[in-house]
Amino acid sequence: MSGKRVTFKNFWLAILLILPQLFLVFTFFYWPAGEALYWAFTLEPPFGGEQQWVGWQNFETVFADPLYWNSVKRSLLFAFSSTALAMGIGLLLASFVDRQLAGYKVYRFIYFWPYAVAAPAVGLAFRFIFAPDAGFVSVINVWFPGLWNPALDGFDAMVLIVLANAWSMVAYNFIFFLAGLQSIPRSLVEAGAMDGAGAVRRMRDLQLPLIAPTFFFLIVINITDSFVNSFGIVDITTGGGPARATDLMVFKIYSDGFKGKDYSLAAAQSLVLMLMVCALTFIQFRFVERRVHYS
Amino acid sequence: MIGAAAAAAIAIGFSAFEASAQQRQRFDYWYGLTGQLGEVMADHCKRFNESQTQYEAVCTGQGGYDRAEQNTIAAYRARQHPTLVQIYDAGTVNFMLSGATYNAVQFARDFNMKIDWNDYFPGVALYYATSRGEMWSFPYNSSSAVMYWNRGAYQRIGRNEAAGTWEQLENDLRSLKASGHACPMAIDFDTWQWVEQFLAIHNQSIATRANGYQGLDAELVFNRGLLPRHLTNMKRWLDEGLVRIQTAQTGKTLVQAFADGSCAVTMSSIANHGVVGSTASGGLQWSVAMLPVYEGFQRHNSLVGGASLWVMQGKSRGEYQAAAAFLDYVASRAEVEWMPTVTGYIPITNAAFRHMQETGFYNRPGFAGRETAITSLTFTPPNENTRGIRLGNFTSIRSELTSEMQAAYTGQKSVQQALDDAVARGNQILRRFEQTMRGRQLP
Repeated sequence: MSGKRVTFKNFWLAILLILPQLFLVFTFFYWPAGEALYWAFTLEPPFGGEQQWVGWQNFETVFADPLYWNSVKRSLLFAFSSTALAMGIGLLLASFVDRQLAGYKVYRFIYFWPYAVAAPAVGLAFRFIFAPDAGFVSVINVWFPGLWNPALDGFDAMVLIVLANAWSMVAYNFIFFLAGLQSIPRSLVEAGAMDGAGAVRRMRDLQLPLIAPTFFFLIVINITDSFVNSFGIVDITTGGGPARATDLMVFKIYSDGFKGKDYSLAAAQSLVLMLMVCALTFIQFRFVERRVHYS
Repeated sequence: MIGAAAAAAIAIGFSAFEASAQQRQRFDYWYGLTGQLGEVMADHCKRFNESQTQYEAVCTGQGGYDRAEQNTIAAYRARQHPTLVQIYDAGTVNFMLSGATYNAVQFARDFNMKIDWNDYFPGVALYYATSRGEMWSFPYNSSSAVMYWNRGAYQRIGRNEAAGTWEQLENDLRSLKASGHACPMAIDFDTWQWVEQFLAIHNQSIATRANGYQGLDAELVFNRGLLPRHLTNMKRWLDEGLVRIQTAQTGKTLVQAFADGSCAVTMSSIANHGVVGSTASGGLQWSVAMLPVYEGFQRHNSLVGGASLWVMQGKSRGEYQAAAAFLDYVASRAEVEWMPTVTGYIPITNAAFRHMQETGFYNRPGFAGRETAITSLTFTPPNENTRGIRLGNFTSIRSELTSEMQAAYTGQKSVQQALDDAVARGNQILRRFEQTMRGRQLP
């Protein structure tokens, strides 16, 4: 820290320029979040009308529900497995392209595409491909009858949504890892190679430490994204089932709030989710970032 | 100069638009159905708009029944709601308690509509009526559940009629399996045909207080009585390979698995009769029959499914007149008869059904058998167990039951335990709903 503060000569111009963004953030984040905060302490009839102030009752209902904790557990499992998978594959692909393996220019171009596919479309594609009776993967059940059935087996269903989510996140991670790897001076990597370090060794001892800031950034983004953006995939592929095996927190908020029209219960849950994501991010900054050196 | 000219042009454009709007009184109508049935909804609007020159229905599909309800609620809170909306059976309670609707009987009286309330089949009318029998919405697309069975497969086991009882059905499924049919019957986790219709036909309550009609303090009771025994049988049949689970997640839905011949029997809405007819694989001989009953039980009427049309509060007199004209139009005998010709839905009035029978509609190929749904729906006069289900937040109760059925069928817990848990959780949902609606009474 140099202690120098950045100052703008045109203070009011700066304000003017960020005003549209502030307006958007207020309209689409602070206002609804404030509304949710109010609803979380009342009982809100679907069509409006007289709300009752019920204090902590909605939160007590949420926390007393074993199925809510089930959903928290499933969300954590989902977030950590899909983050690990998506970052692992993203790093692997990025290192291939970085080493300029055959055809890397094509890969560099097409690996990013999956990120542009909307979550429900990803879900639909995975549902078709992994359908146990009719999908491409159904051949597994021809070889090993009954091995794969996400419609009835909770573990398979979780594997399915983790794969789908990881698939769409790999692209994003790939781009960041590739940028990180390419910013490492060639001479360093080449020096390592000349000293006899193999590709794996160079990655572990040289490249990974040097791209630690990227790595850390991606962990935060992937975990947050797995918590809040998984709805589309779950809704299309498993619908939260079988027997609540994939009932992630965002999906439960949707089913309680929009399907069940219990807005207050959903509002309380979204606040809990928001605080949880904030806490997770805080923990990462507090404890993981200590090991990261930025320059 | 150019700006002024453009403004003038826009102004002229607007006044022309207003003039045409004045010539034809418009009103907004939102519907939930999608796909081929959504096209039929749009067609119905078009037919109305072409049938007269005074009014114009502006019809917008909302992308699903639940979306139609969600969007209407959100729009109502923002005072941007339509005049008329198609709401599915399970949304009835929310709308009755909303204070946001114009009840149908009152509306028909205020706008001199020609509706003959007594001509609707009682099983249809009472689902949308208050506990005192006063209708608050206009019945529209209606169905009931039937059993689809593969005649060809049955012939190979030496039978030429569908099973009337569950005992007979079990024997049939066993023979079908022995004859080499890998999937004798397809089931899924939809509570509508597998639980709700089952309970009605066997005259069993789903909840106290006349299935909720008499008050918001109703409690679920389906973990007692016949249902535990039935679902235990179902689980046993599943383990024996007599039934198989078919959902979109496994790759084929009930209807697809039946239509391609891979499953010999299934149970679903009569609304799928047309779908099976148009997608059946070549040479599939099939028919529909009423859902089976257990031996020793008297058959009662099945429940209506589908949706009704609700008029919303807070619109102008002109919009209401237009909506009234539309509602009169779709309730006319000719239009009630039109719906079953383009969908699998049933005619909902006695007059239309009688006329269709007289003109031989049900003898025509492709339509034969559809009267089964009406026979089932009108089998007995509706009683407290069979007129409908009026429970708050019923979609959540359905999804709790679905999850518990999944848990029971996959062996995570016993059927009785699963039903007890579904009832316990369902009752919590009902109590929360009762508390949220404190001070409001079911009409």
